[in-house]
Amino acid sequence: MPPPPDDARAPRRPAGRSRLLSMLSVATIAFSLFAFGVFGLVAVNIRDALRQLEERVEIRVFLDDAMSSNGAVELMDRVKTIPEVARVDYVSREAALERAREELGEFEDVFEANFLPTSIEVHLREGARDPQTVRRIATGLEVEEGVEEVRFGEDWVQKLYDIRNLATIIGLILGAVSAAIAVIIIGATIRMTVLARQREIGIMRLVGATDWFIRRPFLLEGFTKGVAGGLLALAVTWATHLAVNEYVIRTVFFDWRLALAGVLGGAAIGFLGSLVSVGRHLREV
Amino acid sequence: MIRFSEVTKRYPRGHTALQDVSLFFGRGEFVFFTGASGAGKSTLLKHVYFAERPSSGEVRVGAHQSKSAGRRDVAMLRRKLGVIFQDFQLLEDRTAEANVAFALEVIGMPRAQIGPKVARALSQVGLASKGTAFPSQLSGGEQQRVAIARAIVNDPFVLIADEPTGNLDERATGAIFQLLRDINAAGTAVLMATHDLSIVRNASYRVVELADGRVAEDSSPTESVGSAALEAF
Repeated sequence: MPPPPDDARAPRRPAGRSRLLSMLSVATIAFSLFAFGVFGLVAVNIRDALRQLEERVEIRVFLDDAMSSNGAVELMDRVKTIPEVARVDYVSREAALERAREELGEFEDVFEANFLPTSIEVHLREGARDPQTVRRIATGLEVEEGVEEVRFGEDWVQKLYDIRNLATIIGLILGAVSAAIAVIIIGATIRMTVLARQREIGIMRLVGATDWFIRRPFLLEGFTKGVAGGLLALAVTWATHLAVNEYVIRTVFFDWRLALAGVLGGAAIGFLGSLVSVGRHLREV
Repeated sequence: MIRFSEVTKRYPRGHTALQDVSLFFGRGEFVFFTGASGAGKSTLLKHVYFAERPSSGEVRVGAHQSKSAGRRDVAMLRRKLGVIFQDFQLLEDRTAEANVAFALEVIGMPRAQIGPKVARALSQVGLASKGTAFPSQLSGGEQQRVAIARAIVNDPFVLIADEPTGNLDERATGAIFQLLRDINAAGTAVLMATHDLSIVRNASYRVVELADGRVAEDSSPTESVGSAALEAF
């Protein structure tokens, strides 16, 4: 039998094992942040969809037949001075008729030239499209001279507002839960790397290393892993977004500030997770 | 230099490891700690490097007091003493040299100073030629020598040895003990816990025997030999 190769007594170098552990913890961080990112993407898109719907919130002011076009212009100027108002459009009888014919093509014959009244459309600024504000402004417009009727689809505005509130609340809860899960998983991962180096830490303590000296490499490692995990999560979320965009539904992605915040959040979690894990461990040795 | 004043150590579950222990160890002394397993030898040694603190009473090591020492004080104290164990406590993924150097790196010594100190410590323990070997490539006796080199590389005033020969055969035991004597002869105090009564009998050092956490016998307490002069260190 040939003698065992020299390697048989060569030390088991844990470098490979610890590299694997590092990769695993980066992957875990990335996965938790990715789950959080996908949730965030859904939230961002729901918000975006609702905002688009909200843009359609408008107050339609129907004018008295007797009102002159000068009077209409004056009214529009007055309405424009209301701080919540973003834009005011004049809709002549002809334009209204045209629009009605477009929207309700099959009933084209029903409409006669003077069937629809002149109106102005009042668009509100973002943030001023909640039911209370819309109602308040509409009520104010009702008493203006020459105004016959004011409509703003009260039920619709209220429903949209309720959905938005519900989406916000559910979003906050789910966001908090998935962030908490990410923190716990990442904390556990970091604790694992600390435990893997327990012996080293014990010896460091024994020969007189200060807590700060022991902590430093772990904090650096946690921070680096957090950034790496965050970037990886961002890349995977981006890919998911592209795929969904391509095959399912048009979606928007985070703007660069949110993306940066996600990566920095990963770094912060890595750093803080290490701080907590090492701190807890240092008290034990 | 090292003084135990009425030290009692009780653990949360009610077990008492040390009971009213008062001892003094002077500079350059060699002291054996004997007694059955669980008599309190290791616990006593742990009090010297502040890995344990007394439940009551006080331990003074140099200028450090067990009651007031913070975590930073403990780190500073440990830089001035060396500790070795039965299981060597080496890092398996580092060479002998790197294990010894580790003790200096973690206290922030500049790299340029580390190399020569490590070489000197390794040659002091007779391992000058094995610096690049990993622990798994060394015998038990050699691994303990590496641990000793790590313990003395920073010129400690006391070397604490908790059953240093517990895992070694007779030959290696003799060699390690001789090494500890040499280190002691060069001026470093040695506090050594051991089961091996043959070593104790063949040497004429002070023996502190512990039984159930109490000092059952102290062969030559040095307290009376001018403690004021010894305290001066």
